[in-house]
Amino acid sequence: MSSPLLTAQQIVKSFGGLTAVANVSVHFDQNELIGLIGPNGAGKTTLFNLLTGVTPVTSGAISLYTDQGVQSLNGKKPAEIAQAGISRTFQNIRLFKELTVLDNVRIAMTNHYREGFFTSIFRTPKFYRTEADMTTAAQKLLAIFDLTGVADQPAKNLPYGIQRRLEIVRALATKPKLLFLDEPAAGMNPEETADLTRLIRQIQHDFHITIVLIEHDMSLVMNVVERLYVLEHGALLAEGTPSKIQQNPAVIKAYLGGEA
Amino acid sequence: MKANLKYNAAWLGVMVLGFVVIDACEFLGIINSFIENMLVTIGINIILATGLNLIIGFSGQFSLGHAGFMAIGAYATGIITQTLVTPIGFYLSVVVGIGIAIIAALIVGIPTLRLRGDYLAIATMGAAEIIRILINNLKITNGAAGLFNIPPLVTWATVYVFMCITTIVTVNFIHSRSGRAVMSVREDEIAAESMGINTTRWKLAAFVFGASTAAIGGSLHAAYIQTIAPGDFNIMASIAILIIVVLGGVGSITGTFIAAIVLGTLDTVLQNFGTLRMIIYSLALILIMIFKPSGLLGTWEFSFKPLGSRQRKEQSVHE
Repeated sequence: MSSPLLTAQQIVKSFGGLTAVANVSVHFDQNELIGLIGPNGAGKTTLFNLLTGVTPVTSGAISLYTDQGVQSLNGKKPAEIAQAGISRTFQNIRLFKELTVLDNVRIAMTNHYREGFFTSIFRTPKFYRTEADMTTAAQKLLAIFDLTGVADQPAKNLPYGIQRRLEIVRALATKPKLLFLDEPAAGMNPEETADLTRLIRQIQHDFHITIVLIEHDMSLVMNVVERLYVLEHGALLAEGTPSKIQQNPAVIKAYLGGEA
Repeated sequence: MKANLKYNAAWLGVMVLGFVVIDACEFLGIINSFIENMLVTIGINIILATGLNLIIGFSGQFSLGHAGFMAIGAYATGIITQTLVTPIGFYLSVVVGIGIAIIAALIVGIPTLRLRGDYLAIATMGAAEIIRILINNLKITNGAAGLFNIPPLVTWATVYVFMCITTIVTVNFIHSRSGRAVMSVREDEIAAESMGINTTRWKLAAFVFGASTAAIGGSLHAAYIQTIAPGDFNIMASIAILIIVVLGGVGSITGTFIAAIVLGTLDTVLQNFGTLRMIIYSLALILIMIFKPSGLLGTWEFSFKPLGSRQRKEQSVHE
């Protein structure tokens, strides 16, 4: 087994009387492709929000394994967690709509290309250099994902499938070690889903990162992931390889209902 | 790099041309003191509105207290130049004004900009009132009577140069990593955060930046008009600047320029109409809001870049 990248131990999140996530423990390893499935309202997105700091955990420990050792993510703000190397996409696309595709990507690179306040307002040669480096890097990334042609378009003008892809590219631009994709295939037609499947495999292969995927499209999930977590009513129901999960009676019961 | 140099040279050309034209008109006697006063008011309004547009149009935060920061700059100049009657005294007062405005902006901004939503609007409105009431009651500011006989250390040329500098700095800020980070906060705060952008910090940066340019505008106002009173910096003064931003287009610096010029001219021309002036002025605003709610220019910006690329395209066609 490879080395761990992120572990969450017994995390709990309650909203008032409702426990959205109850005692869930997960671990994501280096360069792994993991699926997170479960019926609607099972707490999948809440789990993503907890792991990315959008909502704070009620209890439990989240740790990220970096080159500098183990780092606790408890109580960290989303921006700090993103800087630590965790990036994500959203269930309902959240692009910077009025800005161009190129700017969407360049914004995600903000923390990697530092130009000081004074270098930018006085336009020193260093400013132009950093800006050019950043733009080249962004264009390279756009080229990998076939977005060069739309680089100067405002993000809101793109077709839905391309917007989804841009959101993934933007998340990659932060140079993450761990990428959370929240229902990337939602609203896509079978052809677009097939493209997405290829894309996800390519990202994992070319960027050497861990990808965690929330998805309802079972053809996509069973096709690409190496390991699955199944959530139901905020609790972990099962864990294992896709073939094992497909035969798990508890999972079948949760999805199909009735006796199993 | 060469292209950048060309665009910068083009802008420099525009600024120099503007200066030469005004100077020539002044020399030929086309500009009397009345028109000069109008031009200076327009210049100061551009400085104030550009800063406010950075806050409202680019970082997406709503500030209703711009006149408060302007008051800080104005009183810093008024007080300092009365004892230090030299250009150095004036520039020192500008720096002091900016410094105090930055501190005030941080005090207002740090608690309110941590939150999402329009809390800043209420907080800035309150802060501007506090500043005005402080000025109204302090001895050093001469209370409600205000300061008069402020030495005239500012000419139209000083205002013009300051207008150019603040605009360059603001536009450079917008077209940089900082500006993009600020705009991402406006577009989607949650997405910006998950891209590693410290939203509170960038909102604060835009707000403090806007506040310091307001202080510059205030300093110029005090030294040119030579008389200031607390009443000059009430909520109506903040709203007057807001009108320029909204009219020109929230998120367009070009629009701010045009709106400041249009409103400044309209204001002066309508002075002949006496009391009808306010009616025509507000009617013009209402009409624009009905037929062009995004402001005169929306978010459109004038740039030499499309002109340059069109030239290149034409060249390639000819080849």
